Amino acid sequence: MSQTKDYRVSHLDALEAESIFVMREVMAEFERPVLLFSGGKDSIVMLRLAEKAFAPGRIPFPVMHVDTGHNFAEVLDYRDRRVAALGLNLVVASVQEAIDTGLVRELPDGTRNRIQTPVLLAAVEKYRFDALFGGARRDEEKARAKERMFSFRDEFGQWDPKNQRPELWALYNGRHHPGESIRVFPLSNWTELDIWHYIAKEQIPLPSIYYAHDREVVERGGMFYAVNEFIQLRDGESSQVRRVRYRTVGDASQTAAVLSEADTVEKVIDEVAATRITERGATRGDDKVSEAAMEDRKREGYF
Amino acid sequence: MSQAVLEPGAAFERNMDLLRFATAGSVDDGKSTLIGRLLYDTKTIFEDQLEAVEAASASRGDEYTNLALLTDGLRAEREQGITIDVAYRYFATPRRKFIIADTPGHIQYTRNMVTGASTADLALILVDARKGLVEQSRRHAFLTSLLRVPHLVLCVNKMDLVDWDQKVFEQIADEFTAFAAKLDVPDLTIIPISALNGDNIASRSEASPWYEGPSLLHHLEHVHIASDRNLVDVRFPVQYVIRPQSTTVTDYRGYAGQVASGVLKPGDEVLVLPSGLTSTIAGIDTATGPVDQAFPPMSVTIRLNDEIDISRGDMICRPHNAPAVAQDVEAMVCWMDESAPLRVGAKYTIKHTTRTARTVVRGLQYRLDVNTLHRDDAADGLALNEIGRVRLRTTVPLLADEYRRNRTTGGFILIDESTNRTVAAGMIIEAS
Repeated sequence: MSQTKDYRVSHLDALEAESIFVMREVMAEFERPVLLFSGGKDSIVMLRLAEKAFAPGRIPFPVMHVDTGHNFAEVLDYRDRRVAALGLNLVVASVQEAIDTGLVRELPDGTRNRIQTPVLLAAVEKYRFDALFGGARRDEEKARAKERMFSFRDEFGQWDPKNQRPELWALYNGRHHPGESIRVFPLSNWTELDIWHYIAKEQIPLPSIYYAHDREVVERGGMFYAVNEFIQLRDGESSQVRRVRYRTVGDASQTAAVLSEADTVEKVIDEVAATRITERGATRGDDKVSEAAMEDRKREGYF
Repeated sequence: MSQAVLEPGAAFERNMDLLRFATAGSVDDGKSTLIGRLLYDTKTIFEDQLEAVEAASASRGDEYTNLALLTDGLRAEREQGITIDVAYRYFATPRRKFIIADTPGHIQYTRNMVTGASTADLALILVDARKGLVEQSRRHAFLTSLLRVPHLVLCVNKMDLVDWDQKVFEQIADEFTAFAAKLDVPDLTIIPISALNGDNIASRSEASPWYEGPSLLHHLEHVHIASDRNLVDVRFPVQYVIRPQSTTVTDYRGYAGQVASGVLKPGDEVLVLPSGLTSTIAGIDTATGPVDQAFPPMSVTIRLNDEIDISRGDMICRPHNAPAVAQDVEAMVCWMDESAPLRVGAKYTIKHTTRTARTVVRGLQYRLDVNTLHRDDAADGLALNEIGRVRLRTTVPLLADEYRRNRTTGGFILIDESTNRTVAAGMIIEAS
């Protein structure tokens, strides 16, 4: 926090204070909160805010990873190191396990974004989580622009955009009946650039794939996908080694890299500030399905 | 489309400040176009978004790129051509980060305007230059003053369609100024614009040589908001008690919360309510170390020199400057629930600062017509989007200030105890 005589508060300080307030509200008013932690940059920032909200105590809730099984090794490694360093309890909700037990069925195209929703909901039910912190931001996507800080979900985990509670001042209504839950989005008011400025300011380490590196990729529809166990070359395709970085980290079979020379946080900030394509538009095959893809997934219980 | 005038670039200061504003307008006033224009002129819109909008405009047969489509979020809205809920938008200039609460203007959505205005530093109201002030413009101005938004901007839009006639602008400006004088509007700015063409948005337009005020963006960037905070009355609602149970940190007891108003410093004598006990501040902690003062909107953890029993919902203030400890509250409420009206005698949960209690509606003095400001003393309830003055009795005391003095310790919500829905927003007039 900056401390000056004129009581100035920078936008990052104001955003941080708001997010910390939201996290403390949840801890004070819910029985069993959990923080969704994927090892992606937004959830990493969220975890840092949780550390700050409860210092000098430990983060007083577990973290959960909905594991599609399609992971970047660097990210899984980062997840495990962070969880160990903070002494947190990690719950892994495994999509592979859910496929093996028949809870969900693998889709013909092999993508797992859509089928992770029932896996998430089953874990919520199993552990009786009543508040789930998610790292979604309103600037990401237009269905998210209408999301509340406290997003009410019925007993099926569904989002009904017409039936959300008005949010006035900083008075968040988290009341719910047994079986219902609240998704909480402490980063609602942050933008991609805010996240990066904060990572720089707080010197938060990230998985290496967020910074420019050489990688074997294949170009599909203007996007660069890493060639790995999840993405194999199709007939007529050829791979190439390019200097890339990831702007978002999701399912490894769905997330594309962008060409980049930005190998430091400062360079990434320059790049993000100058970029002309949205984060999800540049990197997420899953959001390109239809104009209302995110709206539909949220209604089903996705974040 | 005019040339975008602002380079984003990494030159953005990390120390820019934050301005939250709410926009309101009738359906056809061009509000979505204005927001689209602000996003476009500040280079917040990305190529893929612009391409999507250009394609959508073309398929609708629009003659120009319809910037309004940028902000229409949900499928139901696109199909009906309306906005059904508050949407939040973000943009930044080198001086400031902006959060827009974009609220629909339909008559049935007073609820959304109140929601958006509750956290706003500034409200932006649009009128169509051809139509002048309409009922909704007055209602929006009234709600802005009811919610005590410190700054108000009236944009007279579609000036191109009245040939930038200065007389048209001045007539609307005079009429609005006269109306605003009856309200509590501390700061009013009126700007002639064309959102469609970008005139007087990012820079002053040659189309209006007679207009000597700032462009909209210049005003948004420079309007002085730092003094809007109440730095006088110390109010620290305790949110959560931090007592680590660990071997490395022992005997730590800190009261976590966000400063609602005032400035707190180590050594200050404090009064804790409702217990009435006093102590002094031993230290003010953040995760990155102690600080020498705390002021709004900082989230901090306060330690006191005396071991007194303090829990969530208590308030730390100063011995000679304290809120009322009150179970009887007079307030204006805006009813937000469509399923059942507010009734005298009904019981609700009340959430005020970090304190939650039960309350009963003891009386309804009047219902206010938000268009005429007429008071109807005969009203026996408040339906969705209706506003009235009520008397409440709470089960436990609230630690409350008048809303006009303190938006954080003067505002509350009511929650229906069976549905758990947020059914009302309240602004305290008097607490005793």
